[in-house]
Amino acid sequence: MGLSKIWVLAEVAGGKVSAASLELVSAAARFGDEVTAFVVGEPGGEVESSLAGFGASRLVAITGLDSRLPGSVAAAVMAARAAGDQPEAIFFPASYEGRDAAGRLSAKLDRPVITNVVNLNPDNGSLVAEHAIFGGSQIALSRFTAGAPAIFVVRPKSFAAEENPRSITTETVAAGDIGVAGAVKVVASHVEERTGPKLDEAPVVVAGGRGLGQADKFALIEELAGLLGGAAGASRAIVDAGWVPYAYQVGQTGKTVKPNVYIACGISGATQHMVGMKGAKNIIAINKDADAPIFSIADLGIVGDVQKVLPAVIEAVKARKG
Amino acid sequence: MKIAVCVKQIPDPASPQKLDASYNLARDGKLIMDESDSYGVEMALQLVDASGSGEVVVFSMAPRNETSGIRNALAMGAHRGVLVSDDALVGSDALSTAKVLAKAIGREPFDLVIAGTESSDGYTGTLPVQVAELLGVASVTFAKKVQVDGGSLKVERQTEAGYDEVVSPLPAVVTVTAGVVEPRYPSFKGIMAAKSKPVETLGIGDLGLTADEVGKTGAREEISEVREAEARAAGTVVVDEGDAFNKVVEYLEQIKVI
Repeated sequence: MGLSKIWVLAEVAGGKVSAASLELVSAAARFGDEVTAFVVGEPGGEVESSLAGFGASRLVAITGLDSRLPGSVAAAVMAARAAGDQPEAIFFPASYEGRDAAGRLSAKLDRPVITNVVNLNPDNGSLVAEHAIFGGSQIALSRFTAGAPAIFVVRPKSFAAEENPRSITTETVAAGDIGVAGAVKVVASHVEERTGPKLDEAPVVVAGGRGLGQADKFALIEELAGLLGGAAGASRAIVDAGWVPYAYQVGQTGKTVKPNVYIACGISGATQHMVGMKGAKNIIAINKDADAPIFSIADLGIVGDVQKVLPAVIEAVKARKG
Repeated sequence: MKIAVCVKQIPDPASPQKLDASYNLARDGKLIMDESDSYGVEMALQLVDASGSGEVVVFSMAPRNETSGIRNALAMGAHRGVLVSDDALVGSDALSTAKVLAKAIGREPFDLVIAGTESSDGYTGTLPVQVAELLGVASVTFAKKVQVDGGSLKVERQTEAGYDEVVSPLPAVVTVTAGVVEPRYPSFKGIMAAKSKPVETLGIGDLGLTADEVGKTGAREEISEVREAEARAAGTVVVDEGDAFNKVVEYLEQIKVI
């Protein structure tokens, strides 16, 4: 037996629904009869058609953001409608806005929330969540004993986004007054430019860590990533140290990547990092410490100085490409 | 200005984490301050310094009257601590923990509440926003830069694409990322001074909460099973003798990346 009503917070950037949001819509369509996607923004043509294409049967477009934080606005609108619509489950993507919205909604409705969900299984009209604990080394199976709605925050790439077209009805609602959370305003947005494929979509990811020794050595990571048509990533250690912007971070608090090959350079492999990349098809690790945990999951491990091995790999790849 | 900082006291991350028989995070050993909270403590100290006067108060919920993590924050320079410790709290989830902390913080007025973005052991990452909602104040998460200018808060908040400049009235809850400031090491003098700084210990009755609102009953979620995540087998490991780069190139050729 499935569920009758599931809500999903779908995030839109640049006029497109995010990949993580479509994964959740697709999963919701598998578990529930009626899937309502909430979007903060105008219900543009592509937004509506992609949500319908992956299984949403209703779209609620929340307009009138007025520079407020989308997560707070979404939580307020969802809370106001929950009693009337009575969803059994609500899915949020594990993103900045998704976590904010889930936290606010949880407190507003007085319902617990399960985060870091990597899979959901239907069981007698409810859902059992698999969530990663201890940096992903173990999986806990949890269920709610509270009344509906069950609130889940789901990590990206936990579900495949499968086309499942349904006819969709669209409703536009004005956000209106959302209380004190609405006093927070975004006054400017800054985009940190990067070239090449996006980190979480790239077929090849070359990532650097402390073992690089110094910030300017990250250029080697960028160079190899460029040569292989991939993206550059980083461990939390060097993001915290200010070597590269947060957008490069792979791991629990950063991006989850599942490339064809992940090349970890000078990264020891804290569980915090490994949970974000161990889904890679192939893993190559270069690290001078033979006991580094990264070697326990690497298909090919090189025990050596990344400052020597990496330039040699770059030269050899260049030579081969002519 | 007066700032509340939420601090989690966790088992030493250097030793393996485990669950007890009731699937609660084992908390039987020594607890220490979560390193991700040291950034919030440092941020609070700097903001109070910049404002010229004020107070940094550390809030923590922990079993067995544990205060070693609070003492660590006091040794860094925080002025006093408030600990909520009660047998009824065992098994609490993020929301019930947020209820406890919101009640404790809400007993006195604060200009700002600072927390980490998520803890290093449970990392649910929802507690600070739940606290904000329960306190009825604004919140800004994932701050990589925080300034207080008169009565308002200016934050650079991380986004998928870069960062946003965000302004918020006070009081507010703000979560700070690791790396937002460089946490100071407690000085010997600080460590000695921390021993005589006041730490108030409260039970749930002091906060007007009942046992069924918190702990295992209040959590209203249960873990039915825990299993090992699918492990990846280790492959070949080669010690570099100057030519190991060839192995990397061969591997990339083999999987047709080059």
